[in-house]
Amino acid sequence: MIHTEQLSLHMGQRVLVRDLNWRVEGGQCWSIIGRNGAGKSTLLRTLAGLRQPDGGYVSIQGRALSDWPLAELARQRAFLAQSRSDAFAYSVIETVLSARHPYHGNRYWEGSDDHAIAMNTLESMEVANLAQRDVRTLSGGERQRVAIAAMLAQDTPLLLLDEPANALDLAHQVSVMSLLARLCREQNKTAVMVGHDLTLAHSVSTHALLLMGDGRWLAGLTAGTMQAPVLSEYLGHPIEVIEHGARRIFIPKEISA
Amino acid sequence: MHSFSSNLRRRAILTITVLVLLTVASLLFAGMTGSVSVALSEIPSAVIELLRGQPSSMAATLLNLRLERALTAFVTGASLSLAGVMMQALLRNPLADPYVLGISSGASVGALAALLFMCAAWMVDAAAFAGAVAVSMMLYLLARRDLRSGTAAEGGASLLLLTGVILSAACMAIVTLMLSIAPESRLRSMVFWMIGDLSGAPVRWLPWVVLAGGAAFALRSARSMNVMALHAESAATLGVRVGALRKGLFFVSGLLTASSVTSAGSIGFVGLIVPHACRFAVGPDHRVLIPSAALAGGAYLMLADTLARTVIAPLQLPVGVITALIGAPVFLYQLHRLRG
Repeated sequence: MIHTEQLSLHMGQRVLVRDLNWRVEGGQCWSIIGRNGAGKSTLLRTLAGLRQPDGGYVSIQGRALSDWPLAELARQRAFLAQSRSDAFAYSVIETVLSARHPYHGNRYWEGSDDHAIAMNTLESMEVANLAQRDVRTLSGGERQRVAIAAMLAQDTPLLLLDEPANALDLAHQVSVMSLLARLCREQNKTAVMVGHDLTLAHSVSTHALLLMGDGRWLAGLTAGTMQAPVLSEYLGHPIEVIEHGARRIFIPKEISA
Repeated sequence: MHSFSSNLRRRAILTITVLVLLTVASLLFAGMTGSVSVALSEIPSAVIELLRGQPSSMAATLLNLRLERALTAFVTGASLSLAGVMMQALLRNPLADPYVLGISSGASVGALAALLFMCAAWMVDAAAFAGAVAVSMMLYLLARRDLRSGTAAEGGASLLLLTGVILSAACMAIVTLMLSIAPESRLRSMVFWMIGDLSGAPVRWLPWVVLAGGAAFALRSARSMNVMALHAESAATLGVRVGALRKGLFFVSGLLTASSVTSAGSIGFVGLIVPHACRFAVGPDHRVLIPSAALAGGAYLMLADTLARTVIAPLQLPVGVITALIGAPVFLYQLHRLRG
């Protein structure tokens, strides 16, 4: 689905990621894990084509990002930004309909099918009742769910999400994440997400990419990468893993003063 | 549920129809009002005379003069309002106006320099236009990085905005310098130019061409402008060529501003309050907002100009005074109602 070849990312003088050779296949759900400033968002923005790589290249469906026409690429991958600022009083439904832009070509108005898709995704995010509200009046969590609904309305095989669980309450964190996992499992979609909740990440992801922030990285199945010693090293803090039935719970160890 | 999109279309058509009627009514009102008023019953025959190209009756002659001026007011107001909508989308700030980047200050420097050296009227216009273009070019060179890379980090728009504000301040300093050394006899024309005045504005077809071109560009980009207004830099992931769109908005709104400032001086507030009021009335969707704001801006300036030439007749006020006197309180009211 998406793969990187010798990908390098720099930030100023710092090397964040060096020679990343990474292959993500359809139906996989990846979590990118690392400390603050390790380059998680930078990598995601590079995968989305919002930033040029400092070395190597990214390709989607075997075709380099720069070779894709922008509109066609927009039907392949959707991107959820970490934060958003709303300057204008658009309504929730207009926000979601705007994500149908790549399907419109030169049409001036959207069709009724676009509206049906938008309403469906709003319902799946449990925000259909807010459809006519001004986006600037929503709470942080509601706004985040509207943004995810917009992303789903874009209807792409590849989803790139920067902290999708941001600002969501506990119930919605779980329902959004399991929806993403189900999309990967049942509709063969591919998700790559950045997140900080290891337990949540482990419960929905099939794979994990760990970033050290100095160029080093580790990619693979969660069974191999999400182990206490590896995570402790990459996150710079000792981490304990507790098996709870079929689930694994990750707890940061307390450091006694 | 499927009627939502057709509802939207019906509402858009209704809005535009109402505004077209309002514009025609304003035009008629401007034609009828003045020191000698023309009765509504005289209008049809006078219009027919005008269309034949031989205004002979009193009514037709008056109508001819007033309509020429009203049409100049329309094209100026529509251009300013359209430029305001585009500038607000470009900067993602509903409080930006076409003058915020200093394009009109550049025009002022050019025009006032020409007035100071007693140049002919056409040279004043040419100098104003040259000044506006010069500031746009400088702005483009200084903030090129910001405009080109649609992928700038958050707060990217501020480089453009700050550069514009500084350039504007520099131009205003030059304007003040020229005003302070200008001889008494030329001061009045210089001040009137700065406030914005339609009384001496000649009828020209160029502003109409610019307006038509600007409106065509804006309507074509309306959908992309919506996406960019909502998603900022991430609009690129929805297939919008952000860099190209921002450059287009910058140049077209600059051209519209330069064209209107050249023919009528820097008339304030139209580009700020008309888009704002339209957004309040019809919503922020650019597909409806663009035609609405252009029509409303034109009608607003026609009415303001009619007021400017009648309120203390036979004296004429510069129309910029009227737009600012109406605009400032209306704007404050809107602002407080929204925040309140």
